[in-house]
Amino acid sequence: MAQPADAPAPLEAVRLTALFGRRAVVKDVSVRFAARTVTAVIGPSGCGKSTFLRCLNRMHELSDSGWVTGKVLLDGHDIYDTGVDPVQLRRRIGMVFQRPTPFPTMSIYDNVAAGLRVNGRRSRSELDEVVERSLHQAALWDEVKDRLRASALSLSGGQQQRLCVARALAPEPEVLLLDEPTASLDPGGTQRIEELCHELKTRYTIVIVTHNLQQAGRVSDYTGFFYLGEMVEIARTEVLFTKPAKEQTEAYITGRFG
Amino acid sequence: MISLRVRRRFVSGLMTTLVGLLSGLAVLALVLILGHLVAKGASSLNLDFFIKNPVPAGQSGGGVANAIVGTGIIVGVAALMGLPVGIGTGLYLAEYGSGRLGWIVRFVADVLNGTPSIVVAIFAWTWLVKPMGHFSAFAGSVALAVLMVPMIARTTEEMVRLVPHSLREAALALGYPRWRTSLRIVARTALAGIVTGCLVGVARIAGETAPLLFTSLGNLNFSTSIAHPMQTLSLQIYTYATGPFEDWHRMAWAAALVLMGLVLILALAARWATRRGHGAAR
Repeated sequence: MAQPADAPAPLEAVRLTALFGRRAVVKDVSVRFAARTVTAVIGPSGCGKSTFLRCLNRMHELSDSGWVTGKVLLDGHDIYDTGVDPVQLRRRIGMVFQRPTPFPTMSIYDNVAAGLRVNGRRSRSELDEVVERSLHQAALWDEVKDRLRASALSLSGGQQQRLCVARALAPEPEVLLLDEPTASLDPGGTQRIEELCHELKTRYTIVIVTHNLQQAGRVSDYTGFFYLGEMVEIARTEVLFTKPAKEQTEAYITGRFG
Repeated sequence: MISLRVRRRFVSGLMTTLVGLLSGLAVLALVLILGHLVAKGASSLNLDFFIKNPVPAGQSGGGVANAIVGTGIIVGVAALMGLPVGIGTGLYLAEYGSGRLGWIVRFVADVLNGTPSIVVAIFAWTWLVKPMGHFSAFAGSVALAVLMVPMIARTTEEMVRLVPHSLREAALALGYPRWRTSLRIVARTALAGIVTGCLVGVARIAGETAPLLFTSLGNLNFSTSIAHPMQTLSLQIYTYATGPFEDWHRMAWAAALVLMGLVLILALAARWATRRGHGAAR
């Protein structure tokens, strides 16, 4: 677990187990995500990596029969404490999904502002400012600045996904969770999202789940290999890909299974 | 090889012709009804028909202004009561109805949906007309509302279910509370479909006669008081069509044509709402 001890760790899973009914899909996972780093989680389909991600912002418990044991510490405080309101918590942890999910009845502007409006009324000028800043951060501003009032559905798939990134960034979360954000994008769109990861990690803690090993290699500082619900190994990305400690990891990254 | 291809082409052609003929048959029935209505009713339509009240039997002239206004009031009041309940039930079923209570509500709605309208009218009579001591338009509205609720609930549920689950998750992940996700995101996205379902539901009850026979009863005079008997187009058609006078029969055809026209307008409005929903949504 070669992680620098000096960096603050705003997000840490401690003995986290996620279940559907009696079936555990994430088993006793403990891992620290250092601040201002990108951590990629790789692993074959169905290994529980998406479920793991959904435990980090308490989305897993919304699934039928989904529940969790263990702790997730955000800035040292357990997000599963009884006093924590999951709705408030999700405003501190942004999430982007596999497929673009713009709200179809809203304009581009309203999509980005949605997370702020739900958090209480803001002044017009403040909203304008946040929307512009978020769209800049998501590298979408130049393409949409002249049509902020147009329907979000008028954007291309890649633009829609960047809109979702802007929407997740607008409430200024502390952590950004990306669940295979480029799975439905073409190479151009994928590249834009990956560049975004590099820019955003100066301000956020990013956890990205991906099927694509090359992508993990390109965007992340740390990579964790997930298999059968367990975090088999996590290390600096270049170490994991060149000198994996576990045989399973090596088998997976060299393409012998998965 | 060749014989197989020939046979496939033959069967394909046969089936295409068959379904074409069958759909032609369905459309033919509609065209015959509409054509007959226009042929019989159009000649009696004039301005007086829309703005005058019925005249006593034997006199010529007069119109069905009271019935047109009555239809509007009774259906309007029924919609005011039935639509909120129906839409609310549909939202509940789609968003929270996965448990036992949801199953029960869904079952009751389906049974109610299949209940003959005359049965609903008997209940409206027992609960409202009898205690009040007289027939009233309000009792008719209640009967129509009861007929509407299960219809609206089930179409609303279907429409809300069409909203992708990923959209719900996106809203929840953004820190939307569950209820705001349901209303602000899910219901808004399904709005065009819900509106269409409502318009179709209203159109469907606008032509109901049986639930009004012993609730609203009918009224030969112009009345806008929902506490008293009121005329509707469907009741007027019933009275005129079963009466002995040639003039009444003519009027019944014309009233039927007007009723069809109203339903057609609602159906077109529903179409328009759907199309708008699929275009650039705002």
